[in-house]
Amino acid sequence: MWEKKPILFLILATAAILVGTTITMILPFAWVNTDADRIETVTPYSPLEQEGRDIYIRDGCNNCHTQTIRPLVTEVLRYGEYSKSGEFVYDRPFLWGSKRTGPDLARIGGKYPDAWHYKHMTAPRSMVPRSNMPDYGWYRDNPLDPEMIRRKMEVLGFPYTEEQISDLSKRNEMDAIVAYLQKLGTGVKKAEAVIVGELHNPYQNDSSVLEDGKAQFAQHCAACHGDNLEGSDIAPNISDLDMPDADLYELIFNGLPDGGMPSFAAVGSERIWKIVTFIKHQKTH
Amino acid sequence: METPAYNTAIVKSFVNWSILWGLVAILVGVIASLQMVLPELNFAPYLTFGRLRPLHTNAGLYGWGVGSIFAMFLYIVQRLCKVRLWSDKLATFQLWMFNATIIGAAVTLLLGYTTSKEYSELEWPLDVMVVVLWVAFAINIIMTIMKRREEQMYISLWYMLASIIGVAVLYLVNSAEVPVSLFKSYSAFAGTNDANVEWWFGHNAVAMAFTAPPLAMFYYFLPKSTGVPIYSHRLSIISFWSLVFMYLWTGAHHLLWTPVPDWVQTLAMAFSVMLIAPSWGSVFNGYLSMRGQWHQMKENYLVKFLILGITFYGLQTLQGPMQAIRSFSAFIHYTDWVPAHIHMGTMGWVSMIGFAGIYYLVPRIYGRELYSIPLANLHFWLVLIGQLIWSISLWVAGVLQAGMWNATNADGSLAYSFMESMIEMYPYWWARTFGGVIYMLGVILFIYNLFKTTRAGEPSPISEIAVAQGRA
Repeated sequence: MWEKKPILFLILATAAILVGTTITMILPFAWVNTDADRIETVTPYSPLEQEGRDIYIRDGCNNCHTQTIRPLVTEVLRYGEYSKSGEFVYDRPFLWGSKRTGPDLARIGGKYPDAWHYKHMTAPRSMVPRSNMPDYGWYRDNPLDPEMIRRKMEVLGFPYTEEQISDLSKRNEMDAIVAYLQKLGTGVKKAEAVIVGELHNPYQNDSSVLEDGKAQFAQHCAACHGDNLEGSDIAPNISDLDMPDADLYELIFNGLPDGGMPSFAAVGSERIWKIVTFIKHQKTH
Repeated sequence: METPAYNTAIVKSFVNWSILWGLVAILVGVIASLQMVLPELNFAPYLTFGRLRPLHTNAGLYGWGVGSIFAMFLYIVQRLCKVRLWSDKLATFQLWMFNATIIGAAVTLLLGYTTSKEYSELEWPLDVMVVVLWVAFAINIIMTIMKRREEQMYISLWYMLASIIGVAVLYLVNSAEVPVSLFKSYSAFAGTNDANVEWWFGHNAVAMAFTAPPLAMFYYFLPKSTGVPIYSHRLSIISFWSLVFMYLWTGAHHLLWTPVPDWVQTLAMAFSVMLIAPSWGSVFNGYLSMRGQWHQMKENYLVKFLILGITFYGLQTLQGPMQAIRSFSAFIHYTDWVPAHIHMGTMGWVSMIGFAGIYYLVPRIYGRELYSIPLANLHFWLVLIGQLIWSISLWVAGVLQAGMWNATNADGSLAYSFMESMIEMYPYWWARTFGGVIYMLGVILFIYNLFKTTRAGEPSPISEIAVAQGRA
């Protein structure tokens, strides 16, 4: 019967697609972004951060970077605490992405110092050899439009101050994108790994691990501390470091807070000890 | 009953334009694939990977995909209803609105005007154009069906109508946004809600724009090409209604393990597995329609495209549900496996059916035999091999990548840094480019063959022009 009546057919087809739509698309609004998943420490973006976010959208960063960490062991090890719904209430649109050509950025905020980001955005391969990320040094040449950003804040309903707006005229797109990246994932307090028991370097005076330690250093540390530990404009010279092995281990394991230095806990204790042994070995020469 | 004077001019135009946008999509795809291995090929600000990738997907999905679907629907609806199109003027308007929208999309995406929501990147002024375009198309198809001279609506018309209503609902909801300026808007939904709406759209755009329409074509062109009717009408009824009912539940399988509520994810997972039934209902209906006709796989190039197309649909609708299972998704999601899956659907399923449809109708609307069947066969093998190289290399890459991401040392730490896993991808990314180039060669042959057909093809006894003139 419906095969002969197009209007009836259209009504039936619409009804068929609206069932699943109502249950799986409309109904979740009753739970998501309500008091049930609110996180007090998550705050809206500042004008500079929001502009950075819009630049991130404009240049399609979401095509290669995701912004959601799944509650899976290796994922939490690699990227940090898994993502919570309440962290995204100010995200219009969401930027979770679908493909990790580059790493997830959900908790990139505070991981590296600002200087790392400026250098990396300008020339990704200078910090991460063999990276395939395009150069974004041209962001420095693009000034911001304070009045446009004010309008965006009004539409989004985010709080801002006149100082924040007037400050924008002194900033460029690079400042904005870095400010945004440094904000990502900071609404939730970082879980810090706790070291239990006494730390003892299993490789003390074991020169057989130096080669390995050097390779690990080149991969994880050299971009900031230099190939020969001489340091750079991002990180200090550590060629003459005077620090007990255990303290150095702890420093590498936990990093320094707020963009001082990333935590390298995920590298693993064995390899961290090799790095420690390598660094300490340089001092004695 | 005399054959009505069908509007073939509009079909010709849509065929031409959709093929042009298809070539653009493939070319941009090849360039973007090269940018992944040679980052110096990013030319800031307009020609960076982040801006070219949405251009590639939009040109492919909407320029070639929807463009060729428009061509086929406008062709098929007139034949199945045995009347001329309801309005020629509206169809012409639809053609130019379509091209204006695609050109507008290309320009604005390169300029960085994007909402970032995958497969729905266009900013609000272009969204308005898409809506106007779709309404014009919908009115013309529905009105043509209303005044049809064939009482029964054939299977293809069901899929066509479902596509029209489905796309309308999906697009209107997902594109809800608040404008800030002419080319900047913010989504009406935030965070987790926005994600859930987007993938309800994203997955069902695949259903309503790239599953229902190719099925409409398949159900029309297969019997037309083989000369044998569809195996089971009842099976097509069951497949159709269960497909349009179940698809809409599955969007959140793109969001497994994310903050989207667990029960939404679980429903999506369950319905995804259930979707195998209606999908394979159509696959079996196609295969069983070939009973006693399998020799045509050798003799009839159209059948080759159609059967390989429906086979890739079958594979796609098995692999999809597999990926929709939590444990498998945990392993494979976010890796290069995912684009391999998508490209089996686009390059294998949708495009194969599109090629077959165009090969079927061009001789008929131009009144000429196909210029070269050997070239059509070569086209078939090039696109088949190109697509297989493309997908298989990235499936392997995805498994390798996932393995490296998940590998741990004895002390519980990660075995590989992210960069170590990325460096392993380079050879596979080169292989992907190689597959894409082979595919592109196939499509260039296709275009050449069609061009020669319209200029130098032998007059065809099967053409509708000949029929109308009483010569056939």
